[in-house]
Amino acid sequence: MKYDVTITISLKSGMLDPEARAIQHALSNLGFETGYLRTARVFEIGIESEDVSEAARKAEEMCERLLANPVIHSYSVEVKEE
Amino acid sequence: MRFAVLQFGGSNCDRDTLHVMADVCGVDTDLVWYKDGLKRDYDGIILPGGFSYGDYLRAGAIATRTPVMKDVISHSQKGGLVLGICNGAQIGAEAGLIPGVFTINEYPKFICDQVYLRVENNTSPFTSLFRKGEVVKIPIAHKEGRYVAPQKTLKSLDDDNRIAFRFCNEKGEITPESNPNGTADNITGILGKDDNVLLMMPHPERASEDVLGSSDGKKIFDSMIKYLDSR
Repeated sequence: MKYDVTITISLKSGMLDPEARAIQHALSNLGFETGYLRTARVFEIGIESEDVSEAARKAEEMCERLLANPVIHSYSVEVKEE
Repeated sequence: MRFAVLQFGGSNCDRDTLHVMADVCGVDTDLVWYKDGLKRDYDGIILPGGFSYGDYLRAGAIATRTPVMKDVISHSQKGGLVLGICNGAQIGAEAGLIPGVFTINEYPKFICDQVYLRVENNTSPFTSLFRKGEVVKIPIAHKEGRYVAPQKTLKSLDDDNRIAFRFCNEKGEITPESNPNGTADNITGILGKDDNVLLMMPHPERASEDVLGSSDGKKIFDSMIKYLDSR
């Protein structure tokens, strides 16, 4: 089966996010006051797997081995049938 | 005649540019910290190279939203000269001084190299001291220098003679091999709609003294000075 996998990599809570801080400041220059702002990276990946749970397991392995650094990142995985 | 070189957090070619303007070209030039704003009248404003705000979000995106850029835009609307170099070009494009955007190189790595440019327009305030078709040697140093714009825009830039420089080989031929970053139609220097803005990825301030291997870039600064002198 073919699956669409969406992986979101975020910084763990409490991690310093200088990019987010700079973007928040720039938004404030445009008149938008914001309580918080977090950045994240989203990967949309097409994979073939036996079933949904196998696809999710592969995606988690991708996170563990490449896409995320477990020291600073957390990740979430969403799997849909293509 | 007075110039300003704007400094943002993360600008790093500001002092080189100041050196070329003040010491090599001998014109009155202020280094202006963005928070201080434009407190004096300037004939020309230079947005220097660097990595303002760590290239967060997109290269130039944060610097463009600082209050001082409103003054830079209104300076350009009144006919004042604006030269954006490298990160300054990215900032200028984000600010809408030209259409299109400079984004990540086709092969996504930082390139620092000597390259050749062909002068496509020699009638602007920035290029009048060149010959049309002249081949000049000016270095590049960027990771996000690939100019992207809709095909229709590229055509109108060409039709309106707003392309100042294209990457070329030593003989002045525009070839895919002489295009270091995959930029559209080898374009790397674009004029604003009224010719008083030039945004370019190569670094003329690094090619303004013979001791640095080329002084071709100095002609851009000298052209600006000549233009202001003759007004």
